[in-house]
Amino acid sequence: MENAFGQPQTLIVLGGTSDIARGLTKKLAAARAHTVVLAGRSRNLLDEASEEATTYGAATVDTVVFDAKDVTDAGRVVAECFDKVGDTVDLVVVAVGLMGDQFEKEDDAALAGEVATVNFSWPVAALAETRRRLVAQGSGRILVMSSVAAVRVRRSTYLYGGAKAGLDRLCEGMADSLEGTGVRLQLVRPGVVRTRMSAGLPNVPFTTDVDDVVKNIMKGLANGDPVIWSPPILRYLFAVLRHLPRSLWRKVMDR
Amino acid sequence: MTRTALSGWGRTSTSYADVVSPNNESDIATTLATSPGVIARGLGRSYGDAALLSGGVVLSNRDLNGIGPIDADGVVTVGAGVSIDELLAQSIPRGWFVPVTTGTRQVTMGGAVAADVHGKNHHVDGSIALHVLSMRLVTPTGPVTVSPEVDAELFWATFGAMGLTGVLTSVTLRLIAIETDRVLVDTDRLANLDAVMSAMALGDNAYRYSVAWVDCMSRGKHMGRAILTRGVHATKSDLESSSLSSPKDAKLVVPFDAPSGLLNPLSVRVFNEVWFRSAPRHEEREPQTLSTFFHPLDGVRDWNRLYGRRGFVQYQFCVPDRSSETVVAAVDLLSSSKVASFLAVLKRFGPANRGPLSFPLEGWTLALDLPVGSSKLSAILDRLDELVLEGAGRVYLAKDARLSPEKFAAMYPRRGEFLAVKERIDPEHRMSSDLARRLDLVGR
Repeated sequence: MENAFGQPQTLIVLGGTSDIARGLTKKLAAARAHTVVLAGRSRNLLDEASEEATTYGAATVDTVVFDAKDVTDAGRVVAECFDKVGDTVDLVVVAVGLMGDQFEKEDDAALAGEVATVNFSWPVAALAETRRRLVAQGSGRILVMSSVAAVRVRRSTYLYGGAKAGLDRLCEGMADSLEGTGVRLQLVRPGVVRTRMSAGLPNVPFTTDVDDVVKNIMKGLANGDPVIWSPPILRYLFAVLRHLPRSLWRKVMDR
Repeated sequence: MTRTALSGWGRTSTSYADVVSPNNESDIATTLATSPGVIARGLGRSYGDAALLSGGVVLSNRDLNGIGPIDADGVVTVGAGVSIDELLAQSIPRGWFVPVTTGTRQVTMGGAVAADVHGKNHHVDGSIALHVLSMRLVTPTGPVTVSPEVDAELFWATFGAMGLTGVLTSVTLRLIAIETDRVLVDTDRLANLDAVMSAMALGDNAYRYSVAWVDCMSRGKHMGRAILTRGVHATKSDLESSSLSSPKDAKLVVPFDAPSGLLNPLSVRVFNEVWFRSAPRHEEREPQTLSTFFHPLDGVRDWNRLYGRRGFVQYQFCVPDRSSETVVAAVDLLSSSKVASFLAVLKRFGPANRGPLSFPLEGWTLALDLPVGSSKLSAILDRLDELVLEGAGRVYLAKDARLSPEKFAAMYPRRGEFLAVKERIDPEHRMSSDLARRLDLVGR
């Protein structure tokens, strides 16, 4: 069971090899997580991440390999993760995502579709299975990694931002659907974070490190905020930015 | 099926469960036989997750509400769902008081036994366990009457087990005789923690009741400044005129959640300052009503809402006398880390009883109220756990919402004895709670 600070004892991370997911897993293992199941694409990175989780205090760490391009596989992945926990699941983190270079992809039907699949379709399928299982259990939390890019989609990252926007809005509705079930869903909207995924992007204002995001997520788990912004000031900044006239928005965001 | 939202008194998490309110033992036995997981719940005054079972069945004991006659020795049998408030309403006019009372009257007898509650008189009278003659318990293997003579193992294992040995249906206990509804209270304002601890170590045995309220926000030479109040029941000859009236209901109500953050380091510091200054430097034999002295928190209904939506955690630990430095280290850690902490409660404990999960240990106990909000709080409490363990102490489960199973096992070395009893009366592991799942107490 999670404790009063929302720190889980059992944890599933879908997309468990991303930098933010790894940072969060370490922190949760150091807190209370004794059973961790990490699902990801790369066997090598999964092994690295699970070794890390063990070092930070998890007693049992298991892994599941999957490819988020295959939506039909999402149900199997979630089922396998729950089976490997073999107990009440306290927290499921959905950190599956793919950014890449927008300009390489925007004119390529296959590549553009792939961004939508990995950032939207696969997570939605996985969330459906997760939701069903947690509601049956009567407790648990889902933490979905969204992005400020989903709040207002930019020209330079519209494939990624647009897919995340779909996921973000869908999760708002799913969170409401969970009222009264004992399960809750929290969205995380980080700004630009220095990670492998964002390598090469210009350093925009309010760029943070993985540690800052993890810190804000830990705080959000304790407070139960339905949307966790990182850094928190982005909540207010985007309250303004999302209503800027488009010409101004383009100038501000895509200089 | 619609589930009911429940939370502990600290309101840190909401848990959904099916709630049933049986009023007889056979219905309780049926519930135990047909549900995969059950926990009993009284008035929901445990602070954390002891009376929660997410996705399971929560059995309200409030319809187990009979109060039997009080015999000439003060022995009475009450339903497990009867609150101390309801019992006192009957007993005080007849000249009887409960042998042990918590800081609120709003706890049921079942809850009091499950937590093995203590009061301001633990250093003299021990916890509630020492005043219970027998009790009825519906276990998953059937209803039983237990006492120190009949299945003593199960009797003792039930005190402090937070409801995990079965559903209590009635409790037979011995009340204490009182002549008046007043307590004669001595008050002392003490400049720091050393002063209050030595005053208590030297003087507490002269009083039946003793408690100190400690300010955990002041630093330096005033660190741990405190108001010590100690009292004895007033006899008729102590007072010009005497009465025996039962306590009155709260006049004040907190009607809605205060904004989270209302209780922050600054506002708490100001409150603590005002409170400290407003107490008399020294006062002797001041007559106070039973409620003023014993149940100050009952003056404001739903006071937990003052902590806002995020809620608060209470941290109560005890350490043996030889580890009195742990109390100093704990107050030092809190006052230096600048998390808001409301007045802490410091008490002396008398000897431990035979219950394997009973909380009190002879020595000191300190209870702290801490609003959730500071991102440091979780780590500070983990550090406190370590200090308490180094001092061979333990944390009180009735207050706990965040202890780890490893620390719990280290703090309660007789956990194995409890689990052996639980295995005997609950081989299918029907009795469970969110606390039990968190601390690995369900059995396997």
